[in-house]
Amino acid sequence: MNPDVMVAPEIDYLALLPMIIVGVAAVLGVIVETFVGRGARRPVQLVLVFGSLAGAFAALVWQSSTRSLEVEGALAIDGPGILLMGLVLIVAFVGAMLMAERQLDPAGDSFAPRASALPGSVDERELTKRGYLQTEVWPLFLFAVVGMMLFITSTNLLVMFVALEVMSLPLYLLAGMARRRRLLSQEAALKYFILGAFSSAFFLFGAALVYGFSGSVEFSAIADALAAKPGETALIVIGLAMLVVGLLFKVGAVPFHQWVPDVYQGSPAPVTAFMAAAVKVAAFGAMLRLLYVAFGGLRWDWEPLLWVVAGLTMIVGSIVAIAQTDIKRMIAYSSIAQAGFILIGVSTATAEGLWASIFYLVAYSFTTLGIFAVISMVRDSGGEATRIEQWSGLGRTNPVIATCFAIFMLALAGIPLTSGFIAKFVVFEAALAVDAVALVIVGVIASVIAAFFYVRIIVVMFFRDPIEGAPRVAVPSGFTTLALSISVAVTVILGILPQPVLDLIERAGVFLR
Amino acid sequence: MIGTGAARLADATNIAPVIQPLAEATGVFSYLWLLIALPLLGATVLLLGGRRTNRWGPYFAVLMVVAAAAYGIALLVGLLGRSADDRAVGQTLFEWVFVGGFTAPMALQLDQLSIVFVLLITIVGSLIHIYSLGYMEHDPDKRKFFGFLNLFVAAMLLLVLADNYLLLYVGWEGVGLASYLLISFWQYKPSAAAAGKKAFVMNRIGDVGLSLAIMLIFVTFGTVVFDEVFAMAGEASESTLTWIGLLLLLAAAGKSAQFPLQAWLLDAMEGPTPVSALIHAATMVTAGVYLIVRSGAIYDQTIFALTAVMVIGVITMFLGAFIGSAKDDIKKSLAGSTMSQIGYMVLAAGLGPVGYVFAIFHLLTHGVFKANLFLGAGSVIHGMNGEQDMRRYGALRKVMVITWLTFMAAYLAIIGIPPFSGFWSKDDIIHAAFEVNVFVGVCAIIAAGITGFYMTRMVIMTFFGKPRWPDDAHPHESKAVMTIPLIILAIGSMFTGMALLFWGDIIDWLTPVTGLEQSPLPFPTILLEIATLVVVLVGVAIAIGMYRKDVPEEAPQDVNILTKAARNSMYDDAINDVLVVQPTYSLSRAFIGVDNRGIDGIVNGLAAFVGGSGERLRRWQTGFARSYALAMVGGAVLVVVVLAVVRLP
Repeated sequence: MNPDVMVAPEIDYLALLPMIIVGVAAVLGVIVETFVGRGARRPVQLVLVFGSLAGAFAALVWQSSTRSLEVEGALAIDGPGILLMGLVLIVAFVGAMLMAERQLDPAGDSFAPRASALPGSVDERELTKRGYLQTEVWPLFLFAVVGMMLFITSTNLLVMFVALEVMSLPLYLLAGMARRRRLLSQEAALKYFILGAFSSAFFLFGAALVYGFSGSVEFSAIADALAAKPGETALIVIGLAMLVVGLLFKVGAVPFHQWVPDVYQGSPAPVTAFMAAAVKVAAFGAMLRLLYVAFGGLRWDWEPLLWVVAGLTMIVGSIVAIAQTDIKRMIAYSSIAQAGFILIGVSTATAEGLWASIFYLVAYSFTTLGIFAVISMVRDSGGEATRIEQWSGLGRTNPVIATCFAIFMLALAGIPLTSGFIAKFVVFEAALAVDAVALVIVGVIASVIAAFFYVRIIVVMFFRDPIEGAPRVAVPSGFTTLALSISVAVTVILGILPQPVLDLIERAGVFLR
Repeated sequence: MIGTGAARLADATNIAPVIQPLAEATGVFSYLWLLIALPLLGATVLLLGGRRTNRWGPYFAVLMVVAAAAYGIALLVGLLGRSADDRAVGQTLFEWVFVGGFTAPMALQLDQLSIVFVLLITIVGSLIHIYSLGYMEHDPDKRKFFGFLNLFVAAMLLLVLADNYLLLYVGWEGVGLASYLLISFWQYKPSAAAAGKKAFVMNRIGDVGLSLAIMLIFVTFGTVVFDEVFAMAGEASESTLTWIGLLLLLAAAGKSAQFPLQAWLLDAMEGPTPVSALIHAATMVTAGVYLIVRSGAIYDQTIFALTAVMVIGVITMFLGAFIGSAKDDIKKSLAGSTMSQIGYMVLAAGLGPVGYVFAIFHLLTHGVFKANLFLGAGSVIHGMNGEQDMRRYGALRKVMVITWLTFMAAYLAIIGIPPFSGFWSKDDIIHAAFEVNVFVGVCAIIAAGITGFYMTRMVIMTFFGKPRWPDDAHPHESKAVMTIPLIILAIGSMFTGMALLFWGDIIDWLTPVTGLEQSPLPFPTILLEIATLVVVLVGVAIAIGMYRKDVPEEAPQDVNILTKAARNSMYDDAINDVLVVQPTYSLSRAFIGVDNRGIDGIVNGLAAFVGGSGERLRRWQTGFARSYALAMVGGAVLVVVVLAVVRLP
């Protein structure tokens, strides 16, 4: 190719259709904000969001046999990519249902009527009284989804970085828009942004070093360079370390986890649900692709690194969660621990490990969505009631909701006949296949420690008397009810009949180079 | 889904051609799954059906278990009709997990060992269900109680019918869950809720053992199906087998309340008495013994693990007996006794092929007479208005004649007076112990003496002497729905041992599964029997001597160290606290960097911050972003260092 002539890349638009649909919908959403009257905005946005997510999913299924590198090798539409994109779309769909809920809070939905109004100001009270809803959250949400889909499929460090930012920036904003406890929410958003920017810097720095080594930012070229120059590795190893730091931050692995509890606690529950589920899917998808495709040649270097990080993550997450008295913080630490289990699968560098990680992500994301659906329903006059003692006796006042939550807790604890058990099992099995016995032992021990606080929640809900001024469970609209039902169903079905999903994942095969 | 068994079995033979495939379930066996499905249906209907089922739900639950028992008996007849080496029947329901080279079928296996458990669980379970109709009559949550009981029966049947370790694990966790729900059933008592949690957590420690053992088994043998694993057991290295054996022992110790995981069983007595009888005496707590005996092929290859089993059995046998001797709460004293008796079974299992059969034999007789004792105690508690302190009983034989007589039958059975059932099974264990190790045999005899002591103490304090009843108690005999199961169990306490031994030929029945080695003793067996009986009678005599006079209503405080320790359950709470609870909490605190203001400091502080009043905490909070970033840099350095260290060699 003549370097002086810019050749327009050939693009197979059909293969990229899912991303295009969501991206266009996001842009349309911005236009809607400008041109559609206040009253009609919410219905229009909802149609756009659910329509585009469903349409993108349909396009994905239609194109699901595609296995090709697109846009001059910047994006890979391959089995795992399609699978993870599909998962992101479903999770986004369910997450959007939670965000669309507006019967739980008497004042409206979960978001501040106007993010720019000062917390506690007259302005804010007035807007609340008039029942303003902030519909800008919807385009932001769709942009984040596009970012995730790109993040999963990118096979080029620069595209990956752009995708990372497209995914993260809307989330920083969404995190700061809680209707209740706005100071906490804004603080969480700012913290998330600062630390996220910091981690992006690590990622970019790593990309630069890797470019310095291989002369390219494309994954396949990096892999080729590694094969060609096996000796000179100081530069590339440090580059790899920096890239991995950036990604470990996004998945919330120890020691890059401190933001997780603050952000999970501060953000509105539907956003936390979406963030906890979808960001993990996207970030692990990207991490798997980066390590397996570009850095497969360095696997002897990063495997032990991931062992250490996975072990630390599981143990620290599980132990610190014991001491939590706020349910959102506890779930945050639990999600840190869960990331550690997924890292076990990643660290194997085998196809089985890849599949096990994907299965874990499927299981984990639905359980998480369900958990936050329940959290968003248990409320008192100040909004969500998240102190664990406030949940006392929930099993007696609201047995159905408490039973759902108990099922999620059992799934996170990895009790058989729930999705969590199968997920842990396949991950451990993949690790044992590469003789990582010590890691599995750490994992089992961590899951035992973790069982303690999951069970504690069940005990509190079912075996304690309700406290004075106990929160009530708000009656949700169909949105939350449906989201919760889907989560429970997936959690249970994956525990009893996991085989079809395991087969689907296995059929997806491995990453394309 | 049924009927795919042949395909799986064909696969199995491809992998390991040495293994005889199990006969596929046909005829009466083709509905093997029904055994589990019936109680599961009961649990589902009762728990999901809500208040609508309040009226007829408990009867439905009883019906399900009785139906399962009837089918169990039909299965036994079916097995009897087959030749001795053809009594294992398999049935694959569906492929549960299939990843890479790993398969975990939902497959059941019925053989001589499973069927005796099936009968114990369903028949004793039926009696306890019926008894509960009376015992729980006035409880507002009766329906839920029966739902949980059915759930337990289903899980326990799955545990003993599973044909592979993974499915066994599902049943294992299921009985744990049901047990936990039932211990905490009277949740308004904080002690009950705490006890349930303790049981669950301590069981989880045991479960680690089981899950690690399963993984190690899979890594070593490439399969978790019993027959395949056992066929290849000789090929693995001894150290691997020792590890597997020790991990399985840990699992068994958790479930069967053996040292050092015994503490939860005493607290588990917070549950309703029928639960104590079914789960914490007759069935669930014996699952550990089942696991060890079932894994006999592994233990046969590793003398170290086998010896460890025996040692744990001996320790718990004494520990439980001491606790049983000192507790004034009738149920806790019985719980100590259960520990001790399971210690006997574990000891017997630890003797290897010499003892497996007798472990199961004692398990069966114990299941009957201990259920009898617990239901008798329940009848007393019911009549005494919930009072459980034996120091407030006395002279109850006059007002509760049936309870008294049936209790006496079980009493004679547990202390081993011929021809009651405990005599036969305990005597066999002592005999087998002498064949292997004289010291262990002597221990078993001494423990039999202590059994005689604490059981006599219990009987005297409860049924004899003068009344020491609380003022508001009006003891009365229980209703027929409670006394009839007691009578049936009392007949069982008298005759189970003889029936199993002489008529049922239990030893020959189990031998194809467990194996049996016998060697003659250097002295006549009758001497051993006489010696045991003498020691037991000495124990009884000491108890009569000590408690013949009036029993003080308050426990005397000037007692020796051993009694004090036993009253405090051998300080197990303190030990757990020091060894497990405190380190975990300190570690947790250390991780989140909170000083001794305690864990709640953070959250209360945070709440204060949210309320807008915590100025100091606000500074602390904003400081965090900086320190988080610093931690990230530290983490990045760590990442580079790890990578560099990996590079070094």
